[in-house]
Amino acid sequence: MRIGIVCPYTWDVPGGVMSHVRDLAEALIGLGHEVSVIAPADDTESSSGRASGTTPLPHYVVSAGRAVPVPFNGSVARLSFGFLSASRVRRWIREGRFDVLHVHEPASPSLGLLACWAADGPIVATFHASFERSRALSAAGPILQSALEKITARIAVSEKARKTLVEHLGGDAVLIPNGVTTERYAMATPLPGWPGDDGALGFLGRMDEQRKGLPVLLRAFETLGRERPGLRLLLAGPGDTAEVRARVSPELRERVVILGLVSESDKVRALHSVDVFVAPNTGGESFGIVLAEAMSAGAPILASDISAFSRVLLGGRAGALFPVGDAAALAGAAGELLDDAPRRKQLSDEARAAVRVYDWSTVARDVVRVYETVAGGSRVVETSS
Amino acid sequence: MPETLLNIALLIAVLILIGVYVSWRATRLDRLHVRLETARAGLDAALVRRAAVALELAASRQLDPATSLLLAAAAHEARIAETENREFAESDLSRALRAVVDQPDFRRTLAGRQDGPALLEDLDAAVRKVEYARSFYNNAVTATRAARRKLLPRLLPLHGRAPLPEFFEIDDAPPET
Repeated sequence: MRIGIVCPYTWDVPGGVMSHVRDLAEALIGLGHEVSVIAPADDTESSSGRASGTTPLPHYVVSAGRAVPVPFNGSVARLSFGFLSASRVRRWIREGRFDVLHVHEPASPSLGLLACWAADGPIVATFHASFERSRALSAAGPILQSALEKITARIAVSEKARKTLVEHLGGDAVLIPNGVTTERYAMATPLPGWPGDDGALGFLGRMDEQRKGLPVLLRAFETLGRERPGLRLLLAGPGDTAEVRARVSPELRERVVILGLVSESDKVRALHSVDVFVAPNTGGESFGIVLAEAMSAGAPILASDISAFSRVLLGGRAGALFPVGDAAALAGAAGELLDDAPRRKQLSDEARAAVRVYDWSTVARDVVRVYETVAGGSRVVETSS
Repeated sequence: MPETLLNIALLIAVLILIGVYVSWRATRLDRLHVRLETARAGLDAALVRRAAVALELAASRQLDPATSLLLAAAAHEARIAETENREFAESDLSRALRAVVDQPDFRRTLAGRQDGPALLEDLDAAVRKVEYARSFYNNAVTATRAARRKLLPRLLPLHGRAPLPEFFEIDDAPPET
């Protein structure tokens, strides 16, 4: 299928919508589709342009011109608008002869809206944003209406985004969540000296947020650390490092390594640096992206048995579970896993298999099903007169 | 005298503006009806496809005869249902599919048989597409009904003789994946 994707936010600054579009485009190309993405991007050839630190555009991205930072809906967004962008979008649609046009965030004043305005044919739109109230959207309703009326299929990336859509613009949307690029986590060199011979436990997440459950893990480590001299604990995530260190008994402190906030690549390395990855969350998780990332890395997982985790881990098959908040049970289960290498290997294999459901390639297949539902045979997307 | 001419010119200008506006509104309404018809055709195609896949699964000889009969009967009912019974019959097919596919180990067992993975893939795609197509169609109905409720279309029959579209309400919850 020939698919044209419209990204409203600049390609030059990584962000939620931009990475969604990038991952989706690459997954679609992987499935054998022809994809062209139009996005705001700095395409001037001058020395101050793409040369200055920005990476070159991928082959599938077409620039619609430079993005301008403007205040919109309570924050500053980098958007493209105006006659020049409008005519570039129109030309891209005319020359692309797409079977389906996929517009992201069409209710923001950028390329998505311009594309809806210019195109005639099967249009799919994905809504990302969620907010409690949006004056901008409520005020813009009548202006948006004639463009939004042209959208054939609507997708929301989360229940919250869907609710925002229903409340502000009316109508419904189908839910297709973000994917995880499992491949990015699959391989990495462990951090130097890890996991070591005496065992290592790992934790990833906000250290100062109660519901991420770090206190439960620290209590368990008080027992485990004393039972097992040499066992180490690796912590990564934003939060007050000194405050966390103060909560560990002095004699165990040197075996707790706190990395603080880490880069994306160090996060992957950290996941490959431990024998058991612990997710002690006490609730509030709808899905647990951290868990999906750990599964992609093939880390043997020990997680609290909150319903979201139990579902993702197939009731314990793809990762061991312990009763939520129970530090003694955590310590017991972690000890068993540390002593049982074959079981860890088995959990790791099961996790890698189970996480495929959340992979972009699977998510992209659902998106293709949406395309197939609306794309009509020989009809291509044209520019409206 | 020039005043009268000016008035006439103004009147003509106003009439032209009204004409342009009405024709713009008519174009929008027309586009909505095209979208509605396309969405309806898409929904029908998705429903027909789902019934066909259910029949194919029933006839695949990979299931036990009771399950086959259950599926075939539900798919057949959905196929022959008249307009007024269509929503009930399609909902019944959804329930039958869930009852069959959500049996313990159904997916695992079928995936291990000849053609099993392909059958499962077809079924998942067909079921999902019904869900999508229905959402898109009902959205088109919402938009069309809202547009037709406006004052202008009620005064002028911009929509020709097209009847007010009805929502398509069924239970289309898919089996667990």
